[in-house]
Amino acid sequence: MAKLKLPKFFIAAGLFYAVIELLYSFDLMNGYILHIINQSLIYVILAVSLNLINGITGQFSLGHMGFAGVGAYVSGTLTTLIFKINPSAPGGMMIFVLSIIAGGIAAAFIGFLIGFPSLRLKGDYLAIVTLGFGEIIRTIFNNIDYVGGPRGLLGIPKFSNFTVIFIATFLTIVIIRNLIQSSHGRAMLSIRENELASELVGIDTTKYKVLAFSIGAFFAGIAGGLFAHLLQLAHPTQFGFIKSVEVLIMIYAGGVGSITGSMIAAFALTFLSEGLRIGIRFIADTTGLPIGGEWRMVVYSLLLIFIMLFRTEGLMGTKESRLIKIKEAD
Amino acid sequence: MSAQLTIKGMTHYFGGLRAVSNFSYEVPQGSIYGLIGPNGSGKTTTFNLITGIYTPTEGKILFEGKDITGAKPYKIVQGGIARTFQNLRIFSNLTALDNIRVARHYTMKSGLASSVLRLPSFMSEEKKVKAESAALLDLMHLSHRAKEEAKNLPYGELRRLEIARALATKPKLILLDEPAAGMNPKEVEELMSLIVRIRNEFHVTIFLIEHHMKVVMGICEQIKVIDFGETIAEGAPDAVAKDPKVLEAYLGKRGA
Amino acid sequence: MGSIFNAQQIVNGLQVGSIYALIALGYTMVYGIVRLINFAHGDFYMIGAYASYGAFFLFNSFFVGKTGILAFIVLVASMLAGGAIAMLANRLAYKPLRYKPKLSSLITAIGVSMFLEYFFSALPMIGPSYRSFPDIIPKIEIDLGVATISNYVIIDIAVAAVLMVGLTILVRKSVLGKAMRAVSQDKDAARLMGIDIEKVIGYTFLIGGAFAGVAGLLAGMTYPRIFPYMGIQPGLKAFIAAVLGGIGSIPGAVLGAYIMGLAETFASAYNSLIGEGIAFAILILVLLIRPRGLLGEKTADKI
Repeated sequence: MAKLKLPKFFIAAGLFYAVIELLYSFDLMNGYILHIINQSLIYVILAVSLNLINGITGQFSLGHMGFAGVGAYVSGTLTTLIFKINPSAPGGMMIFVLSIIAGGIAAAFIGFLIGFPSLRLKGDYLAIVTLGFGEIIRTIFNNIDYVGGPRGLLGIPKFSNFTVIFIATFLTIVIIRNLIQSSHGRAMLSIRENELASELVGIDTTKYKVLAFSIGAFFAGIAGGLFAHLLQLAHPTQFGFIKSVEVLIMIYAGGVGSITGSMIAAFALTFLSEGLRIGIRFIADTTGLPIGGEWRMVVYSLLLIFIMLFRTEGLMGTKESRLIKIKEAD
Repeated sequence: MSAQLTIKGMTHYFGGLRAVSNFSYEVPQGSIYGLIGPNGSGKTTTFNLITGIYTPTEGKILFEGKDITGAKPYKIVQGGIARTFQNLRIFSNLTALDNIRVARHYTMKSGLASSVLRLPSFMSEEKKVKAESAALLDLMHLSHRAKEEAKNLPYGELRRLEIARALATKPKLILLDEPAAGMNPKEVEELMSLIVRIRNEFHVTIFLIEHHMKVVMGICEQIKVIDFGETIAEGAPDAVAKDPKVLEAYLGKRGA
Repeated sequence: MGSIFNAQQIVNGLQVGSIYALIALGYTMVYGIVRLINFAHGDFYMIGAYASYGAFFLFNSFFVGKTGILAFIVLVASMLAGGAIAMLANRLAYKPLRYKPKLSSLITAIGVSMFLEYFFSALPMIGPSYRSFPDIIPKIEIDLGVATISNYVIIDIAVAAVLMVGLTILVRKSVLGKAMRAVSQDKDAARLMGIDIEKVIGYTFLIGGAFAGVAGLLAGMTYPRIFPYMGIQPGLKAFIAAVLGGIGSIPGAVLGAYIMGLAETFASAYNSLIGEGIAFAILILVLLIRPRGLLGEKTADKI
């Protein structure tokens, strides 16, 4: 009879949550750091979901933030509508969760549509088309005045907090991990490895490619919704090509195909980004030199180039830490 | 008794180039048939047409009575035809075991939800697939490589792995594309007995492309010879070997 | 026939098409020779614009009144800058990855593009905002009744035409041109014939970058605003134009560029939103209906 063992990852996650909560409750951590942790967790969702498409299934999506945008706008519009009509609507949390999921589903639908070009296009061309789709989504939101157009959707109620974001991130990791470490996951990996051979061992590659895009888009939509309810706004510039490239840099830095790598990179790069922002402002203030925030992106782009030139496999390559990898019964 | 695989008048053009011309063949169930011809004669294209990678410009392909002409490759595979590739197409970054397991995937009934939730039905199916895959590795003397990434395996073992992977799709017919390529004489001997063993133990039909005359003469019951996409001879190996047209195709006019 | 298809729009379309053509040529030549979509190509255009801007202010005090010489200097500056940066990018970022999976090169190109854009906008003397491009040649407008043509239109089209003719002669008649064609068709065979592959690739980047640089100068002159991100949109459109014409084909790039210029002009006149999306719509149509483009060659993948 099998013993019920609590998986290592669950324990580690639980510890993480407890520690952060405790530190914050006892004022040992200020709200600013917690805010960055919240953002890092959301980027984990974005990175892991992009990794499913690019890293596991071997497709090339350059418009990932477009999916996040759909999630942000859909969920944001829902909550602002509901709470404008009835500011003290009961079950606020429930409504929030439902609207986030609605955002995810809307994003998944867009991902489903974008999955189809992926069937006939490879590498470079797929990249351009996904880039184009991402830009089209952004342009559409920029032009819909109902959701604020170029000013963005403002006044979104602040429902996102550490607990909600943590749970979402935790579920994302577990679901995607369980998917990858299963026969379905191996089917997706085989498409990456050799699509023709995959088809010739009976894998419906069409189904799995579209599935990868849909599932990846779903979680990106969730992330977008969480963002919108954290920053209390959704703005077209948050979901453009450069933002998609930032997520791309994360999965490459962490190791394309490694969930662990994506998690580490998401945290590292979010903190790095903040650190750079503060550092640059500090240098600018103290020296009086006109150093702008653009230098942050200069560093980012150099980081990407360096990774591609010197260590394409990133931090983890395609390996997982033992926390994430499910031990198979022999 | 009608043949398991029937190809009727198959012709295929790549743009203006005719790669296969009026190809007709009947391969009976349980047989070992061969397809030979000089390089570039259209052999691999024929396999690509049978497995649905290309749809023939003309002609029909029938498998166990069903018309599979132009069907999608994965459906043809699920219908019982497997193949190996001339230039190995292994899943390099997956383990040897995973290479096999992927080929078993379509037989699994567990959906996405049960795999994400790790339901008992999913767990038992995975266990079964793992055991079956391990058994296939064992058959090919590759058990010691089960957890090894395929890219680390030597060439000869990769060839065996591809055959094992083809077997894993539960085929009724296996198309082997130059299985003996790059093998030394001893390996060729082992391959020959392996192919016959597979046919006998798994009750599969074997249709193979080969350049190694020893293999063709040794195990094929019937062979077809093509050149420039056209059939130039067909019959038992001994008869075909003496056919002057065949000799001319391989050795040129003066060598006949 | 709608009122958008009037002579003025045709003139505008040909004008912007000329600029796209110069950029598209670079994309197509580089893709033809190394199968890489050089994401950073639009930024060579941007650098050409800034280089000519800088050259103008550097030299105009020496050549007051001598517009001809100034124009020449500025032209050369744009070509040198575009070509040099292109060669540098090739040497430092693309060459090391030449024989690695193509995806790595593509991502590196994205990185190079980002770097150039943000580096230029981060530099204090350049900055992220728009700059007015100086009047190197004073603008003269001629009213033809059915349309208004300025000398800028004539310059844009003429410069592009001269360069395109020059390129065609180079590719057809010169040794380098033959080498470029050989390397595009079969790298290994070319190497066996004693051609220095990397040198030929370098020259291809040089020419492509120089053309993009000139396009930047022309654009700066015509739409007199330059800014570090000015290469993004034209770069994308020129790339799509190259795909439309058949990526790898030089005449294709030119054909695609003029079609793109005209289509975009007509579409924008009709509705600005459609104007924004027409390039992408063209891309989707081409990739779904005729991926090799209008003049491209069918490549069969050997399985």
